[in-house]
Amino acid sequence: MTTGLIGAVNNQEVREMGTTNAAAPKYKGKRNRLDRPELLAPAGNLEKLKFAVHYGADAVYIGGQKYGLRSNADNFSFEEMKEGVEFASRYGAKVFVATNIYAHNEDIEGLESYLRSLEEAGIAAIIAADPVIIETAQRVAPKLEVHLSTQQSTMNWQAVKFWKDEGLPRVVLARETSFKEIAEIKSHVDIEIEAFIHGAMCSSYSGRCVLSNHFTDRDSNRGGCCQSCRWKYDLFVDDEPVYEEGQEQFTMGSKDLCMIEYLPELIEVGVDSFKIEGRMKSIHYVATVVNVYRQAINAYFEDPENFRVKQEWIDEMNKAANRPLNTGFFLDTPGAEDHIYGPEEKAAPYDFAAIVLDYDDRTGFATLQQRNHFKPGLEVEFVGPGGTFFRQTITELTDVDGQPLDAARHPMQHVRVRTLKPVKPMDMMRKKIRK
Amino acid sequence: MTYKPELLATASSMEELELLIDAGADAFVIGEGKYGMRLAGEFTLDMIGEAVKSAKPKGVRIYVSMNTLIDNDTLETMPDYIRGIYSLGIDGIVFGDPAVLVAARELAPGLPLYWNAEMTSTNIVTAQYWARRGATRYVLARELNMEQIEDTKAKSSLEIQVQVHGMTNIYHSKRSLVNSYLDYHDDRERLDSVERERGLYLTEAERPGERYPIYEDDGGTHIMSSDDICMLENLHELLNAGVDSLKIEGMMKSMAYNAVVVRAYRQAIDAYVADPEGYSFQEEWLDAILEAQDPNRELSYGFFYKEQVY
Repeated sequence: MTTGLIGAVNNQEVREMGTTNAAAPKYKGKRNRLDRPELLAPAGNLEKLKFAVHYGADAVYIGGQKYGLRSNADNFSFEEMKEGVEFASRYGAKVFVATNIYAHNEDIEGLESYLRSLEEAGIAAIIAADPVIIETAQRVAPKLEVHLSTQQSTMNWQAVKFWKDEGLPRVVLARETSFKEIAEIKSHVDIEIEAFIHGAMCSSYSGRCVLSNHFTDRDSNRGGCCQSCRWKYDLFVDDEPVYEEGQEQFTMGSKDLCMIEYLPELIEVGVDSFKIEGRMKSIHYVATVVNVYRQAINAYFEDPENFRVKQEWIDEMNKAANRPLNTGFFLDTPGAEDHIYGPEEKAAPYDFAAIVLDYDDRTGFATLQQRNHFKPGLEVEFVGPGGTFFRQTITELTDVDGQPLDAARHPMQHVRVRTLKPVKPMDMMRKKIRK
Repeated sequence: MTYKPELLATASSMEELELLIDAGADAFVIGEGKYGMRLAGEFTLDMIGEAVKSAKPKGVRIYVSMNTLIDNDTLETMPDYIRGIYSLGIDGIVFGDPAVLVAARELAPGLPLYWNAEMTSTNIVTAQYWARRGATRYVLARELNMEQIEDTKAKSSLEIQVQVHGMTNIYHSKRSLVNSYLDYHDDRERLDSVERERGLYLTEAERPGERYPIYEDDGGTHIMSSDDICMLENLHELLNAGVDSLKIEGMMKSMAYNAVVVRAYRQAIDAYVADPEGYSFQEEWLDAILEAQDPNRELSYGFFYKEQVY
């Protein structure tokens, strides 16, 4: 797999997965703590939160103004958090806040009031790595659950047990943990286990990288990461480059994680929360990825024995992918094929084009909010929660007063398009990128 | 009590340990790669015993590094290892993972426990958290600055340890990145084992002259700083703050170089302790280091005088 994403489903393998798993799962931990695994999605802002929840996330995690590791993301004010919590509660979904920095002495002032405000805003849990934040939350905001962040790089059951004994209901494991190790952890400790199943990965142990600090004086463990691992380097030995300088360079940059093909294993090993990475990603990315995992999880629980990974899910996933995909450390330690040494191709051949605001049954026209340039003659796809999907060519495009338009060229512009089938608010329209 | 800061060194072998004791080291961090993180050399249980025997009569302390990232497999053998090093009469265990803390408390009662999670050991309140769970020393992240070090010492009930000289780790992956890169070129045999151990470094186009050493071991891939911290000139600031232990990191350096460095810091510390008020830095201490320094590696103040943004 060089530039390929996840390939076509290997049907033989999947068939075996379906039949053998029912009798004897390959990796068996303890039963799940939750009835079914939680699908946990990132939400970089309020709009993304709404889409993540609408497309099927059981919980979302966001960043506030402080103590989070994405200082470049939009991040939520307390007011926005309240609105997000209110919106999510209509779907029975929860909102978590990432407070996952490693604090320095001067960051500690203000922590108590910040955590109390999260509690007041109705946040269900914080995701924290640093004991100062964990302990302070337990003391001043007891209604907040504390989940141990992956930044602690926890991958052994004794450490997991330690955190359980400290009163934490959930541990997010290190991304370096394999299926076998997860099974061992689940068999030793009765605690909720959260694992990243999709998205970009630090290629270092989380928290164990200060490249940004050294290269740019930005503190990676307080949100300043500038992704130096994705830069290109030359490897030298004794004053000589191992390969020609500037050609086919060395990098630490990893392909992105995608575990859709191993969903039954994830469920059966007892992972309680399936986490998708990407607070910096677009609405289209988050909604598409959540949509696929939601459908897959539901399909599994409807009929575990006959569960199959559908090709259409994989096709959908590839339309949102930013990079080539792999399975991280779940099966084995990543090797050469799991890194991106050549030029980094933008993988997704599709662009987000519009959001559906409304649909008129009488006229068959949808009102859209423009998110990218489109015009009549363009082939587009409409996608909605639960697998709604159809393809069409844009035939009629008008403004909201019905006046014909030659193109929807203004960001956030409201326009009308005749759709082949009925659509619903918050459905998305995407267009194929011309190569 | 008179202030007597510890000069802490590393050792790659018994020979180096003896040499650096003579040069003036008060204590050593040693261990084996299965449990210890980025060690200067490999000390088996027997060798640790030998080190203790050699060091103890001279009043020199031996700490064993167990602060690697621990997986389930390591848990299997860890209790025996802790019992083993405890019975040898070592002076402390360095931990990062709570699994080690919990096991050491039970299996090595009374033994000092040093919290060192490297770049994630960044604040005093968290250090006190580990103190309440048994830690006796806080090893500060190298990414902290002088103000933060002073503030930490002022607020700390623990001993604090600061690295004053040598390289630091800047990236640690579980992946075998060098082998992956060679495999990508279908060229695994390209580098021999000696080159892999000593000679490899990375460069980045925008940073000419900076050489970042890279190596692989059983713990994955490690990338190191392109410069060596050297706080000798300003050591009195750390001594004025009352830092309890000053560490010289000797990994990937020759024994001769480390002996020069230890001797220089020994002189400075002795001069300070003898007369804190009248202490003044002597250029010749630094000259000895400058003469031994690899010209491709700059001596720097690390993050001691930097403000980082985020």
